[in-house]
Amino acid sequence: MSNQFKDTPQQKKQLDKVFEELKDVPGSLMKAMQKAQDIYGYLPIEIMQRIATACKCPVEEVYGIATFYAQFNIEPMGKYKVGICLGTACYVKGSGVILEKVKERLHIEPGHTSDDMMFTLEATRCIGCCGLAPVLTVNGEVHGNLVPEDLDAIFAKLNA
Amino acid sequence: MKQVNLKVNGIPVTVDAGTRILDAARKVGVNIPTLCYLKDVTNQGSCRMCVVEVVGAKNLVTSCFATVREGMEVLTNTPKVLASRKTTLELILSNHDQKCLSCVRSTNCELQKLALEYGCDSYKYQGEKNHYEIDDSNPYLIRDNNKCILCRRCVAVCDKIQSVNAIGANNRGFKTEIGSVFGHKLNETGCVACGQCIKVCPVGALYEKDDTDRVMKAILDPDKFVIVGTAPAVRVGVGEEFGYPIGTDVQGKMVTACRRLGFDKVFDVNMTADLTIMEEGNELISRLGDKNAKLPMITSCSPGWINFIETFYPDLLDHLSTCKSPQQMFGAVMKTYYAEKFGIDPAKMVVVTVMPCTAKKTEVLREHHKASGYPDVDITITTREFARLLKRHSIDLRNLEESEFDDPIGTGSSAGNLFGTTGGVMEAALRTVAAVVNGRNLDKLDFKKVRGMDGIREATVKLDNGVTVNVAVAHSLSNARKLMDEIRAGKSKYQFIEVMACPGGCLNGGGQPIVPSEVLNNVDVKALRAKAIYDKDKKAEIRQCHENPVMKTLYKDYFGKPNSHKAHEVLHTTYSAQHKL
Repeated sequence: MSNQFKDTPQQKKQLDKVFEELKDVPGSLMKAMQKAQDIYGYLPIEIMQRIATACKCPVEEVYGIATFYAQFNIEPMGKYKVGICLGTACYVKGSGVILEKVKERLHIEPGHTSDDMMFTLEATRCIGCCGLAPVLTVNGEVHGNLVPEDLDAIFAKLNA
Repeated sequence: MKQVNLKVNGIPVTVDAGTRILDAARKVGVNIPTLCYLKDVTNQGSCRMCVVEVVGAKNLVTSCFATVREGMEVLTNTPKVLASRKTTLELILSNHDQKCLSCVRSTNCELQKLALEYGCDSYKYQGEKNHYEIDDSNPYLIRDNNKCILCRRCVAVCDKIQSVNAIGANNRGFKTEIGSVFGHKLNETGCVACGQCIKVCPVGALYEKDDTDRVMKAILDPDKFVIVGTAPAVRVGVGEEFGYPIGTDVQGKMVTACRRLGFDKVFDVNMTADLTIMEEGNELISRLGDKNAKLPMITSCSPGWINFIETFYPDLLDHLSTCKSPQQMFGAVMKTYYAEKFGIDPAKMVVVTVMPCTAKKTEVLREHHKASGYPDVDITITTREFARLLKRHSIDLRNLEESEFDDPIGTGSSAGNLFGTTGGVMEAALRTVAAVVNGRNLDKLDFKKVRGMDGIREATVKLDNGVTVNVAVAHSLSNARKLMDEIRAGKSKYQFIEVMACPGGCLNGGGQPIVPSEVLNNVDVKALRAKAIYDKDKKAEIRQCHENPVMKTLYKDYFGKPNSHKAHEVLHTTYSAQHKL
C-alpha cells in the first residue's frame, strides 16, 4: 500500500503547482484531490497529508472524502483497470456472475489491485452501454454481450 | 431580532427568527427525541429521530435542522411521526450489536431508552450486519463500532470542540464507519485521550478502559498499602450516579465510600493542587523576572492538553510550566515524603487516583514520572468507574454518613478545589502569586473575570512590584489552539495562560458521569457543577493554596522552598514531541 509510495521530483513539482493554483480558491479540496490523483494515479497517505496541509483541513477529512467517492483510489492502480458494470441492465443479464469469475481469476476483491500490480478490479455503476449488457471494460475498452466463457480470451490477451 | 409566531401541537409560541423547530417546541414544554442533535456540538440531521409533521409540507421535517416560519403549524406526535420514528429505531437496531445486558451504557443508553418508549421490536428487520474489530489499542478508551449508530456526535466534538480530528466518517452507505485515516487505530492518530467522545456517545460504542479490577486486586492484597486520592471535580460529579441533582457536592460521602471500599488512606488531591500552585506560582514569578524566560507560561495540569501541545505544537513546549499535574505530584509526594515519614516501602505502596479524566490514564504511564523509582501513580480510575465500583460493592452514597479526609496530609484548600473548573487554576494561582509578590494577601480573593464559560477569558493583574500580568483562560482545545496560534505568530499579549482540554474544565472531563442529550440540550450542566465548586470556595476557611498548613509542613520538612532542587526532582517534569498521524 502506501509503503510502496515513491514520489518523483517532477510529480512533486506538478502537485505544488496545483496547490499554488488552488490556494485562494475556496472549497477546492475535492479539486486538489482530483488533480493529485491525476498526477499519482491514486491517493496514498503521504499525498493526503500534503493535501490536508495545503488545504488547511484535517487529513481525516481528506480520507473521509476519498473513501466516500468511488472516483478516488487509495491504493495504487494496476497496469490494467478492469471494470465490471453492476448497473441494473448488466446485473440482470448476469454481470454478478462475471464479477465472481473475475475475482476468482485475479484473486482480488473489487477496489483492490493484484500483488503483481497488473490488475485493478472495479465494480462500477452503469457506464451507459446497456445495449451491450453485460459489459466489462479494460482500461476503458468495452467488451459486451459477455458470457463467462469469454473471459479466457479477454485475459489471454492481457497475459493472465 | 425578528419574532416569529407558530403553533406546536396547537400551543402558540413566539420565538426569534432562525430558531430551530426543536427549540421552539421545547419553549412550550414539548420535547422532541433526538439521537444525533447535541446543542452547541452538532445538528446535522442524520438520525431522523426528531422528525415532525409541518402542516402543508409534503414530507416529515427534521426539527433539529429546520427553522421556524411565521404561521407554521408543527405536530410532533402524529401517528405518521411516531411510526416513522419507530421504523427508524428498528432499522438502527437491525444493525446494532444488542448485547445490552452486558453493555456499559445499559440503563443510560439513549437508543435503549427510545426503543423502549416506542415499543420497538429489536429484531423486526433481520439482515446483513456489520462486524467490526474493536479498537482497544490505547490505555484509555475502547471503540466498539458494532454498537455505533453513526450519529457522528463523536466526530463533531473531536472536530468542532477539540480541533483534534482524530476520527471521521469513512466509506459510504452501509459500509460507513467512524474511524481514522487508512483504518489506523486510535493510538496511531493524534487522539489526545480527552474522552469527550465518550461523553457524547448516545450508546455504548465508546467507553473508558475499565481499571476497577486492578484497584480491587490491590486493595485485597494484604502486602499492599493502598492510598486513594480524589480530584476536585469528582465530588461535584459522582453524586449524579446515585441520583443527586447535577451540581451536588458529595465530598463527605465520597470519602466514606472510599473507606468502605477498603483503601488504607483516603486523601484529597486538592492538597497537591495547592502544591502545584506553590511550584507553578513561583515558577511564574521567576519567569516574569527573567528577560530570557519563555512567556507566556502555560499551565500543565490537564493531560489531554499536554498530549495536544506535544502533538500539534511541539515547537512551543518551552512555554509549558514544568510542574507535574496535581495527580502526579500526589503520587510522587506519597511515595517519597509520605513513605519516608511513615516508614512505608514505596514498592509496596499502591497509589490510586479517582479522576474526572480519561487522559489521566495516559499520564500515569509517562516516562520519568517515577520520583521514588516506582510509578508516581499506579492506577487511575474515572468518576464513572469509581461509581461502578461502589455499586458493585452495594455502597450507595445516599446511605452513607459524611467523613473527613485522612490527616495529616490529606486536606487541601478551596483554591486547590477550584482546579475542578475552567479558570480555577488561574484564580488559585493569582491569589497566591499576588500574595507572594505583594507580601500580603489580596483584599478581594475573587477573580470574577476568569470565571464563567466563555471559551477564552482574559484579565489583567497589577502586582505591587509594578509588574502587570496579562492572563488568559481557555477551555476546550479549539480555544487553546487559537491562543497557541497567537504565540506561534509572535502576537500573544499574555504572560500566563491556563488551558483545560475539556469544555468547562475537569468538571466536564471525559471521565465524568454521562449526561443524556435531552438534559444537555436543556440544562447548563457545566455551570451547575461549577457553581458547586465556587460555593465551596465561598464558604471555605482556607481559600488560598499557600495558607494550607500542609504546604508549610511539606516545605519545612522536605522540599525546602518552592522550585528547590528537591522539588524539581519530585514535582517537575519534561515534555517531548509526539509524532503521530
